Amino acid sequence: MTIQLDINGKTYAVASEPDTPLLWVLRDELHLTGTKYGCGIAACGACTVHVNGAPTRACQLPISALGGMKITTIEGLLGRHPIQAAWVRHDVPQCGYCQSGQIMSAVALVKDKPHPTDDDIDAAMAGNICRCGAYPRIRAAIKDALSAPAPVAAA
Amino acid sequence: MNAILNDSLALRPTRRTAIVAATVAGGALAVGACSPMKLLQLGAPNIDFGAFGPFVRIAPDGSVSVVSKHIEFGQGSASGLAAVVAEEMDADWDRVKIELAPGNTKAYANTLMGVQGTGGSTAINEAWDQMRQAGAAARAMFVQAAAAEWKAPADQITVKDGVVSGPGGKSANFAELLPAAAKQTPPQKPVLKDPKNFTLIGTARVNRRDSHAKSTGAPLFTQDVYEPGMLTAVVLHSPRFGGKLKSFDAAAAKKVPGVVDVFEIPTGVAVVATGVYAARKGRDALAQVQWDDAKAEMRSSEQMLAAYKAIAGGETKAARENKADWVSYETKGDANGAFTGPDVLHARYDFPYLAHAAMEPMNCTARVQGNKARLKFASQIPTLDQMNLATVVGNLPGAIEIETLYAGGSFGRRGCIDSDYVVECVRIAKHVGGNRPVKLVWTREDDMTAGRYRPMAHHDVQVKVGPDGYPVAWRHRTVIQSFMKGTMMAGSSKLDATAVEGVQGSPYLKAIPVTDCQVATPVSPVTTLWWRSVGATHTAMVMEHTIDQLAARAKIDPVTYRRTLYAKAGADRHLKVLNLAVEKSGWGTPLTDGYARGVAVHESFGTVVANVVEVKLDNGTPKVRRAVCAIDCGVAVAPDQVAAQMEGGLNYGLSAGLFGQITLKDGLVQQTNFDTYRVLRMNESPAIETYILPSGAHPTGAGEPGTPVVIPAVANALLAGGYPATTSLPFVKA
Repeated sequence: MTIQLDINGKTYAVASEPDTPLLWVLRDELHLTGTKYGCGIAACGACTVHVNGAPTRACQLPISALGGMKITTIEGLLGRHPIQAAWVRHDVPQCGYCQSGQIMSAVALVKDKPHPTDDDIDAAMAGNICRCGAYPRIRAAIKDALSAPAPVAAA
Repeated sequence: MNAILNDSLALRPTRRTAIVAATVAGGALAVGACSPMKLLQLGAPNIDFGAFGPFVRIAPDGSVSVVSKHIEFGQGSASGLAAVVAEEMDADWDRVKIELAPGNTKAYANTLMGVQGTGGSTAINEAWDQMRQAGAAARAMFVQAAAAEWKAPADQITVKDGVVSGPGGKSANFAELLPAAAKQTPPQKPVLKDPKNFTLIGTARVNRRDSHAKSTGAPLFTQDVYEPGMLTAVVLHSPRFGGKLKSFDAAAAKKVPGVVDVFEIPTGVAVVATGVYAARKGRDALAQVQWDDAKAEMRSSEQMLAAYKAIAGGETKAARENKADWVSYETKGDANGAFTGPDVLHARYDFPYLAHAAMEPMNCTARVQGNKARLKFASQIPTLDQMNLATVVGNLPGAIEIETLYAGGSFGRRGCIDSDYVVECVRIAKHVGGNRPVKLVWTREDDMTAGRYRPMAHHDVQVKVGPDGYPVAWRHRTVIQSFMKGTMMAGSSKLDATAVEGVQGSPYLKAIPVTDCQVATPVSPVTTLWWRSVGATHTAMVMEHTIDQLAARAKIDPVTYRRTLYAKAGADRHLKVLNLAVEKSGWGTPLTDGYARGVAVHESFGTVVANVVEVKLDNGTPKVRRAVCAIDCGVAVAPDQVAAQMEGGLNYGLSAGLFGQITLKDGLVQQTNFDTYRVLRMNESPAIETYILPSGAHPTGAGEPGTPVVIPAVANALLAGGYPATTSLPFVKA
């Protein structure tokens, strides 16, 4: 039995066990490795993806629940989102491991609130742990993202 | 003693250990005339690094890649080292990339450690001269090539942003001159720039070279390695430190779809499967697992701490039971009878075990065929990993191939002295055999309960105060496990400097006529390790919070109190950094909303950092709204990255100070994941300002020295706010 998943606008037929969390299908099956494993209990945010536009932890999300849903991962931003450009301008990442999740949470935030307050940022980002402690730059980059839109340069 | 020197000595493997490693690896070897360094390199392939040496590669398009001998795990040093090369080369910074060096002790040894490895905040410090020379040599080769081609004197040729210019309007870029430059002989002693002519180093232009990759989800990490036929392994470890596997039933586990094999390894039961989810399900299906706890730690951390206090109090029975002998250091004057009378402050401090809790749990990938092992992972100390693996596969250390990947944090954890998870991965890959790639994945729970913690510690300090309110005698007892004792990293001294650095070398002790310091290192199966800023994680708190308690007793402003002691000790750098933080923070001006200020200053790894924080207690939790950070790290190659390290280091320390604790109950670790091991989150991070003291001195480090200072600064702010002195961490216990 396969499950159809709509990821970044493409349809994938996945043969994994239906209780398999989306995280491990993304990583081990589809090799979309931008989405990271950090805790497995939806406590750190490293695996944040968008499900129908809402930031969601992929590590606790069985694929059986995802038929017909639109899933977006960090790869789906194509490196072109203003949040990503702001991340580069501010040199936000340190080790970088949590940043896919941080960026996905931030993208969802600025979609609803292009100019979020500090309280908005606290509320939207408190679920994403950064052990490098890059929080001040994450905050600054979110505030700056939509005030200076510039495409992120190609690698 | 300088902390860097201590650490470099500590990290230098002895001749004996090197011989042991090489002998076990290679059988009978003629070791008579071999130095330890040579032994570590045995079996290494001879590599032709090309025209520009092991650190500089230039592509046909003229772009420059700088090879970082240091792993990149967030500290940004790879970009800093690239900037040093680019400066001397006069390369176009926008076209400079970074690469991580593979395991190769001969080419990439840390000049302060004697082995290839990252630690002690040494990256920029130890490679400064080497990178300048590499860049200057490459530049000279382009100049020589242009001089020959244009028949012009070399001293009339200039280089700027990767473009070489000569008399008569001649001009060519690195790409055009590359074929001729690569044929030049590099100068033996390339001429270095006068630092006053630097155009890149020390400017805001030195940014990270990896921000784009890290903002787009690029596959940089060990976790991201996928190779054809790769298997995933998880391991069931003993729930207690020192426990040994007795028996298990694998029948049900082997039936889980995707599980390929289940077998015993020295550290537990390995479950090998087609992916992480299947491997975890297989592990969950292991039945009737029995452990032999005869040699395991069965105590609670509370009981262990009680023993520490008894040892500190001089109880010989507790010392004997815990194999804790006292070792003296920083001893001068006559301490006999010095700590009597009313003018004595007696302060005691308890510190818990701390997990590193890097975002990427420990992992490794390896392929083994015969005695050949090839690894791709984030190796922090490749030489150590090679030495530890040599005995596992029966090969020479240098023959173990390591491709270095980016690490999702480490904070010291990946520099494990016995290469625990690396050895585990290679044992599994060896069992699987056939050169089949294996990825060992530790779950968060595996990572958090696997030990290698910042050791638990107890400090007992007595300070005799003179009539002027300043200390005249200082007695210091520390009880803490040593992660060096009994390992190949142990130096010849009985003193484990990593346990006392920060007390040892303190400017305050320099200013006091009588000092009597001792450390005892109890033994437990609980494993411990260096943790970002190492000894300073506890000594900074003890020294800086004790100083504020002394200042409060004397009714002297804590800044004034420190200035007086620094002047007496000749601690000029401490004084300047303190003054910078004080000036920028508005020290002495009134604060609103119930906030109070606290100050702390500490030197670690040759760098001095001062913090002034604004704190109030909010439902029992210290709320830090603003932190001012001043730093003297010599030449700041990348000022914005120094600031980033002050921000991140401060938050890492604040996280530990506020919430961090690993506790044991009946020998079982009580914290298993981020739901029980609380860490700092976005809403708890202060606004952080960093000010760098201008300096022309040789650069020191920035990765660790920002971590330990914030904790005493918070404790001192609470003291200033009228709360009692802090006697144990974390501030928030539950």
